[in-house]
Amino acid sequence: MLPIALDALIKIAVVIGGLMTAAAYLVLAERWIAAWIQDREGPNRVGVPLTKIRLFGLGQPLADGVKFIFKAEYTPGHVDKGLYFLAPVMIFASALAVFAVIPFGGLLPGNIFPASWGVSEPINLVIAPRLDVGMIYVFAMGSIAIYGVVLGGWASNNKYSFLGGLRSSAQLIAYELPMGLGILGVVLSAGSLRLDTIMQQQAQTGAWNAFVQPLGMVVFCVAAFAEATRLPFDLPEAEQELIGGYHTEYFGIKLMMYLVGEYLHMITAAFLIVILFFGGWHFWGLTGSSDTVTWTQAILRIIVLNVKVLGMIFFFMVARWSWARFRYDQLMSLAWLVMLPMGMVNIAYVAVWQEYGEQLATQAGLPPQIAMAVCGWAVLVATWFVGASMAPPAGDNRPRRTPLEPSFPMNLEIPEGAGR
Amino acid sequence: MKNDNSKVQWVAPPKLGLLGKSYLMLFLHGLVTAMRHLLFHKSITLQSPDERHAIADPVHYRGVHRLNKDEQGRVKCVACFLCATACPAHCIDIVAEESPWPDREKYPKVFNIDELRCIFCGMCEQACPVEAIELTSFYDLTGASREEMIFDKEKLLSVFDQTKDREPMPSKRVISATTGVAAGGQA
Repeated sequence: MLPIALDALIKIAVVIGGLMTAAAYLVLAERWIAAWIQDREGPNRVGVPLTKIRLFGLGQPLADGVKFIFKAEYTPGHVDKGLYFLAPVMIFASALAVFAVIPFGGLLPGNIFPASWGVSEPINLVIAPRLDVGMIYVFAMGSIAIYGVVLGGWASNNKYSFLGGLRSSAQLIAYELPMGLGILGVVLSAGSLRLDTIMQQQAQTGAWNAFVQPLGMVVFCVAAFAEATRLPFDLPEAEQELIGGYHTEYFGIKLMMYLVGEYLHMITAAFLIVILFFGGWHFWGLTGSSDTVTWTQAILRIIVLNVKVLGMIFFFMVARWSWARFRYDQLMSLAWLVMLPMGMVNIAYVAVWQEYGEQLATQAGLPPQIAMAVCGWAVLVATWFVGASMAPPAGDNRPRRTPLEPSFPMNLEIPEGAGR
Repeated sequence: MKNDNSKVQWVAPPKLGLLGKSYLMLFLHGLVTAMRHLLFHKSITLQSPDERHAIADPVHYRGVHRLNKDEQGRVKCVACFLCATACPAHCIDIVAEESPWPDREKYPKVFNIDELRCIFCGMCEQACPVEAIELTSFYDLTGASREEMIFDKEKLLSVFDQTKDREPMPSKRVISATTGVAAGGQA
C-alpha cells in the first residue's frame, strides 16, 4: 500500500497547484466575461514578458501577481498588528483547507504503480478520503473564514472597515442557516455526510438531487452565492457604492490573500453545488456508476466533474452582471423570511418522502425517482409563490415601526402636496 | 432617517402581481440581457495607442500650440504680448528683442509655453493679430519631467513644420463653398 503520507502529499501538491493556477486564470476569465458583457475588450495586452507577443492577454495573471507581490509592504500605524497579519492568513488558510475533503475526481484504478509496490486499492481523488464528517468539516472551515472577515474589520482600527466587517459577518452568519438546511435534504437522502458517498448515491440512482430536490438546490445555491460574497450578495465588498469593507486597509500581498481567498470560496461553492446537486462526476452513459473504475471512466469522471464546476463558475460570473445588488434589508429579509422557511419546507418534504413517498410510489407502480422529481418541482413552485406573496422583495426602505410590517404597504396613501 | 420631513414626498412603488413578487421575471430578464451581451458582444473599445480617435476637424481642434512661420521661414510672431495678456493660465512667457528684419519692430527672442499650465482654451489664438500662435490637433503630449513640458520657441516652430500640411494657417485655408469646412490648402 502506498504510504498514506506520500499519497496525501502528492494530492495536496496537485490540488494547491491546480487551485492557485485556476484562481489566477479565473480572475482573467472573470475580467474577460465582465468586459464582454459590458461590450468592452477586456485584458488583451500582456503576453510573454519582455517581448511584444500578446497572446490575447494570457500573461495578465502573472502581471497581476507580480504587481501585488512587489507592492511596498507597509503596515498602517493605527492597526492592531497581530490581528492585522492574522486575518488574511486565516481566511486564505481556511479557504484552502476546505479542499481537503472536496473530491476533484472519482477514483483512480490501483494498477497505476508497478506490481511490486503492492498497491491494489483504487485511489480516491480527494486529499482526505473516507472522512465521515466531510460536510461538517466544510461548514466548520467556512465558519472560520468569517473570523477572517471579522478580524480584518476589527484589526484595521478604522470605522469603515469595522462597519464593513460587521455587515459581512452578519450576512455570512445569516446565510449559514439556509445553506445548512439546503444540505440537510441531500444528507437525508444519501444517508451520509461524505461527499463521495453523496455523489455515488446520485450516480447509482441516476437522478441528480437538482431534479429530485429542486427546492433544496435553490436554497443552497442562493446561500452559496451569499457565502461566497458574490453579486448579487456582495455587500461585504460593494466596491461601487460603499467603501471596500473589511479589507479597506489592506493592500499588496495581504489584499491578494483576501482576494484569492474569495475566489477559493467561489470555487468551493461551485464544487459543493455540483457535488451535492448536479451529480458530481456522474453523467449518464459516460462515467458508469460503480465502485470500481476503468481508466477511461476514471479520466472521464475527472473531466465531467471539472467541466461541471467550470460551468457553475461561469454562471457565478455571468450572474454578477445579471442582477442588481440587494439592499441590506432585502438581503436580510431574503435570508430570514424567505430562504430559511423554504429550507425547512425542503427538509420536511425530503423527510416525508423518504419515510412514505417511496413506498407509495412503488405501490402505485411509478418509478420512484420520477415521482420524487414531480413532487419536488411541485413543492418548489408552491413554496416559491407562497413565499413570494407573503414576503415580496422589499422595494421600500422607509423605517418601519415593526420588523414584521410588510416591506411596502400596499395601501400607501400619498398625501396631497407635501409628503408625510 | 426621520420620515416626518414635510419636504420629502414619498412615491408609492408600483403594485406588483404575483409574478412580479416572485422575482422570476427579474431573474430571467437579467440573465438574458447578460447572456445576449456576452454572446453577441460588439466591442466599442478603441485600441489606443494602436488606433487613434478620428478628430473631426483638425483645424479647430485645440491641442498643442505651434508658432507659425512666414514664407521665408521666419517666425511670424511680432512679440506684441497680446497672447500672454489674454492667457488666463499665465502659461506664455515671451522675451522680446529688436527685430533684425525691416518689416517689424520686435520679434520674440524667447517664447516659452508651459504646456502643463495651459488649459487649452484657445484665447491666445484668438488674441493674436498676425496669426502667429495656433493650437494644433496633437492631443497626447507627455513628458518625463516638468521642464520637458515647457515648450520653447524651437519646439513650437517644429510643431508647425509637422502640422503645416494637415492644418494650414487661417490665411492659407481654402473654405469649401458648399460645406463651409476648411479643407487643406498650401501652407
